[in-house]
Amino acid sequence: MLIKIALKNLLGARLRTILNIFVTAFSFFIILLMSGIYDGMLQHAKNVTIDTEIAGGAYWHPNYDPLDPMSFENAHSIVPNEIKLLVDQNKAFPVLVSQVSIYPGGRIMPAILKGIPPDQNIVNMPTQSLNGFNDGTIPILIGKGMAQDTKLNVGDSFTIRWLDVDRTYDADEGTVVYIMDTENFKLDMNHIWVPLNIAQSMLAMEDQATYVTYKNGLMEVDNKGDWIIRDVNYLVQDMEAIIEADKPGAQIMYMILLALAAMGIFNAQVLSIFRRGKEIGTLMALGMPRSRVVTLFTIEGGLNSILSAVATLIIFGPALWYFGTSGIPLPIDYTEMGLMMAKRLIPVYSIGLILSTTILVSIVVLIVSYIPSRKISNMKPTDALRGKAIA
Amino acid sequence: MNKKNSVIKINNVTKRFPVGGDYFFALKNIDLTLNEGEFTGLIGPSGSGKTTLLNIIGGLDSATEGDVNVLGHSMDNTSHNERATLRRKYMGFIFQSYNLLPVYSVFENVELPLILNKIDSNERAKKVNQAIEWVGLTDKRDSKPNMLSGGECQRTAIARSIVHGPALVMADEPTANLDAENSHNIMQILVKLNKELSTSFVFATHDEKIMGYLRRIVHLDDGQISKDEKVKNPKYN
Repeated sequence: MLIKIALKNLLGARLRTILNIFVTAFSFFIILLMSGIYDGMLQHAKNVTIDTEIAGGAYWHPNYDPLDPMSFENAHSIVPNEIKLLVDQNKAFPVLVSQVSIYPGGRIMPAILKGIPPDQNIVNMPTQSLNGFNDGTIPILIGKGMAQDTKLNVGDSFTIRWLDVDRTYDADEGTVVYIMDTENFKLDMNHIWVPLNIAQSMLAMEDQATYVTYKNGLMEVDNKGDWIIRDVNYLVQDMEAIIEADKPGAQIMYMILLALAAMGIFNAQVLSIFRRGKEIGTLMALGMPRSRVVTLFTIEGGLNSILSAVATLIIFGPALWYFGTSGIPLPIDYTEMGLMMAKRLIPVYSIGLILSTTILVSIVVLIVSYIPSRKISNMKPTDALRGKAIA
Repeated sequence: MNKKNSVIKINNVTKRFPVGGDYFFALKNIDLTLNEGEFTGLIGPSGSGKTTLLNIIGGLDSATEGDVNVLGHSMDNTSHNERATLRRKYMGFIFQSYNLLPVYSVFENVELPLILNKIDSNERAKKVNQAIEWVGLTDKRDSKPNMLSGGECQRTAIARSIVHGPALVMADEPTANLDAENSHNIMQILVKLNKELSTSFVFATHDEKIMGYLRRIVHLDDGQISKDEKVKNPKYN
């Protein structure tokens, strides 16, 4: 019975209902969009890392620690046979890593040199640009951020100095052959990429590698020597750690959005309910008990949130879909700041996000319907009938 | 007049409101008995206590002191819910400003007490149509209150007050917002209902036009009954 009355009240009060539903739907939309953008940013960072760097995973030399450049000196060896077989079958490619010094424009800068097969097609890097360069200098691929830091352009040459396997310093000229525009700053900042065979020759580490990146979907080889397999889950764990560390911030942002939405909804509901004091008084005079008055208005709030969810889908659904597929363009390139962000932010609306937002907004609507209606129903019916202002 | 026929029995009722550090006495030592089928008016100037007395009878307010017995139920020790049940089942209210729910049609407004009393939909439709017919609003049954005149709104409120067959209807200044013609129409409807349904009516009013319809007039002055008169031959009744 109360649901029928509540529905009748909602549908009967057209403009008031439309306004309440619009405010709630707009809150839904903003929370979904902002949280979706945030989730999308994190998801994008993870996807970019897998696409450009991780692929299906890697086999690491046991001494390799990407966070410790000092470990590079000892992190190289001949690739174990079974892993080598994957390389020969174009299912994997080796990378040789070393610490070097570069002298762009006469300045000295530490850098990480990585030798990569130019013909690899396992990770999304323009390594083919290292092919066919034969002027006697070392062809170098760098990222846009590195190019800006070093003020290097395509065709510019600079000196590279390194310590080879015999602990002898050597140096040669390198020429920038391509500047890649990548969102993965880990491939860019302080990195110079050279053809694997040249790197092996420079470092006197023939047939050696530091790690081997393999294609997605491959089984672990049986005989990998003392090399260590690092699957995708392991390789993205630093990314996930960043996400995890950022969770409180995300939750605070979510709570702020929810609080702002709650204020909007509360304002609309309170105004709506307090304006209906006389109506509540009439219902009480007609014999509706206080508890049922409160239940009626709380049900109205509940129906309001259901209609708002539907309205969000109808009114703001196309906008959410558009942003979800086309993204939102960013005015500046954040990769230069060391942030793995797309040029266009693409929100990701997970089922969890949609469900949690729907439940939370519904709870907020129920609470902000319950509180004022409880307060007004506690008034004396005679005061409510007079439409007396509520303190 | 025996006890069985009394619908309202009030003994030594006082109602006072705190005003600043003092009290304002709205009612002082009221004794009143109203019987079944009576058509009674509580008459007096503004502030005389007639609305307060009506609210106490209807269980919308409670007396500070004294005993109030309505339809065989003591109102002194009843909970809000018990009073609400009493109002829902046995009482009807007519307000000066109609108090119709603006989003409901005439039919839906009149239907409301029956919904609250959990009457099934077929029975509801029958009773609502009958009540609307009594007050002459059959052609307006789907209209919303904002499409009705003041007289039509009050007739809707009357239909709502009697649709569930209450034993007692209380009307607070039912004609105050109406012109003379509409006031007479309304009172004629109420007299007819009083005769046909044997429902007891209590009015709070200071409208002279109503006086000619009343069969009993209780004069209130400064919260006290100054005169209680029976009208043997009402002018319009």
